[in-house]
Amino acid sequence: MSNYNLSHLNQLEAEAIFILRETAAQFENPGLLFSAGKDSIVMAHLARKAFYPARIPFPLVHVDTGHNFPETIAFRDAYAEKIGARLFVGLVQDSIDKGTAVEETGANASRNKLQTVTLLETIEEQQYDAVLGGGRRDEEKARAKERFFSHRNDFGEWDPKNQRPELWNLFNGRKQSGEHFRVFPLSNFTEMDVWMYMHREGIELPSLYYAHERETVTRNGVILSVSEFVQPREGETVEVKKIRFRTMGDATITGAVESSADTMEQIIEEVAAARQTERGNRADDKRSETAMEDRKKEGYF
Amino acid sequence: MDLLRFTTAGSVDDGKSTLIGRLLYDSKSIFEDQLEAIEESSRKKGDENVNLALLTDGLKAEREQGITIDVAYRYFATPKRKFIIADTPGHIQYTRNMVTGASTANLAIILIDARKGVIEQTKRHSFIANLLSIKHVVVAVNKMDLVDYDQGVYDEIVKDYQSFVSRLDNLVDITPIPISALNGDNVVEKSKKMSWFEGSSLLYHLENVYVGGDENHVQARFPVQWVIRPQSDKFHDFRGFAGRVAGGVFRPGDDVTVLPSGFSSRVKEVFQDGEEMEEAFAPQSITITLEDEIDISRGDMLVKANNPPKQSQNLEAMICWFSNQNLNQRAKLIIRHTTRETKAIVQKMSYKVDINTLRKEEDSSSFSLNEIGRISLRTAAPLCYDSYNNNRQTGSFILIDPGTNETVAAGMIV
Repeated sequence: MSNYNLSHLNQLEAEAIFILRETAAQFENPGLLFSAGKDSIVMAHLARKAFYPARIPFPLVHVDTGHNFPETIAFRDAYAEKIGARLFVGLVQDSIDKGTAVEETGANASRNKLQTVTLLETIEEQQYDAVLGGGRRDEEKARAKERFFSHRNDFGEWDPKNQRPELWNLFNGRKQSGEHFRVFPLSNFTEMDVWMYMHREGIELPSLYYAHERETVTRNGVILSVSEFVQPREGETVEVKKIRFRTMGDATITGAVESSADTMEQIIEEVAAARQTERGNRADDKRSETAMEDRKKEGYF
Repeated sequence: MDLLRFTTAGSVDDGKSTLIGRLLYDSKSIFEDQLEAIEESSRKKGDENVNLALLTDGLKAEREQGITIDVAYRYFATPKRKFIIADTPGHIQYTRNMVTGASTANLAIILIDARKGVIEQTKRHSFIANLLSIKHVVVAVNKMDLVDYDQGVYDEIVKDYQSFVSRLDNLVDITPIPISALNGDNVVEKSKKMSWFEGSSLLYHLENVYVGGDENHVQARFPVQWVIRPQSDKFHDFRGFAGRVAGGVFRPGDDVTVLPSGFSSRVKEVFQDGEEMEEAFAPQSITITLEDEIDISRGDMLVKANNPPKQSQNLEAMICWFSNQNLNQRAKLIIRHTTRETKAIVQKMSYKVDINTLRKEEDSSSFSLNEIGRISLRTAAPLCYDSYNNNRQTGSFILIDPGTNETVAAGMIV
């Protein structure tokens, strides 16, 4: 007699694959957001599994702030080529040039918020009716309320107080024209689950996730990597530190952690012992108590 | 490590948030920056103690009003198990949220205030757990510290509860535990103050309760979700049927019948990510190839001939109505059942249940928001279904308003 029990990673994987297939079936023209961050790499990995031996039936879509780490962009291009996926890149710079997005000024200026403009323009121009994202409910309190199939109105806005109930395995992706859905197959993964899954699957990651030496400045308690986009300000000193990144975003806002973990096993140990959430070093979430909910309502990832 | 999904319902007063907060905190699933953030907002609001409810009440409107509105999902893990909590509000006006949270749960924690005993809310939550066929229930008799950890009080409540649930057939495994969420008694560690209690702590129970038998591994059901056709040179003739096993076991060589067409074939291969499997069972996502080329598309179901599901355009179901617009006789809606979607018309409304008293109300010419009752539907195309108590996946459906596209009801086939 077999033991019909699935490990938690197998259950999460089965659920994510179900959602990916459901997205392909219920929508005309989905796109998979791909930033070369670990969650989006896991998404692309799961999508390959879901449709094997066919190719992924939707393109990878990257909203590029132009302030990315070069390692990220190189990884993105190589990955898309390896799996034979189409890659569409929406540039924040294009939105700025068109005048639809205005570059922030002031001390903590970043292009993070502008991504929303470019994302919504990309969705409209490319006529995506569903956008798959790697968002997880454990990341942030507003995301804890997010649905697998999350409805967006004509303006790309999220209405958290009026969401469709989701029951069993039944997902309702019906919509009016002009509306779209955000779909989150990794909703029930935690950061730990993602790392354990990547380890089990032998998933390759950009080098930034592993400990390496880098010139840094520490600003508002956040360790930032010195680059073309982040220059030391008066009173700040540049220090060489051994660091790694827990999340991958804009170089201007993604904080690093000091670490010597240079293998996945070591990172998993660190994650298990961590006392800060992975978004704890993201300056974009620290702007206000409901920063994430506010941005999501407007159409952020 | 396996997975347990459980649901809790309640309001701040019941100690629900304190209990969840304690489970998260004691399992080290609350991070320092989260704790700092809620300490800061508790301070801003002038609360005396750190308000752990702020951990789960994430939306601005919830924080403003100090209530839980929506289902929130919370995660924690111990070395033994990963847990997903569907944390729902407990008040009657949020019945639909409780139903939603319960639909994916293996276990429900019913909180009882030791000072109040079995009250209307206890009955409501138990009724919903029973309706959604949650087999395992933990009756957490909370605030034992406020009744001096008295065994007599606890025994009386357990007796009351058991006499009440004898009417609820689906709750097969009921485990009462006396706790104090505030002080941590019997939550993670066994309490020294209640040495009279011979059972295990709440967390120990959650870690060890056996839920592996909850899926139906007997009646083979495979709703086809998507047809994989690579159109490549290497896989020129490949036609794979992708889906999630909803019941039973599928192995290469099995004879299968395709519904509703009735054609028969044999399973050639069962795949997961290009790897051939010896067998697949619920809830695995797999791809099946067949020996014969037959017409199969999304919404069809592969089954085994010896125990087929019911095939009919008529179905009887219990529903929970979710919309502010009332449901009336002859209403035409869209029904989504497994991977199939068709139209449905309400033929008959048999009765409604008062979920506080469990009494049936025969007068049921319309259903309003949060009401639960039994209806008859006729569908435009036949559906292949089982009773909900036999199979949660092939026995459940949702109804969608064709005008607004909103999900307006959850249905459980009788």
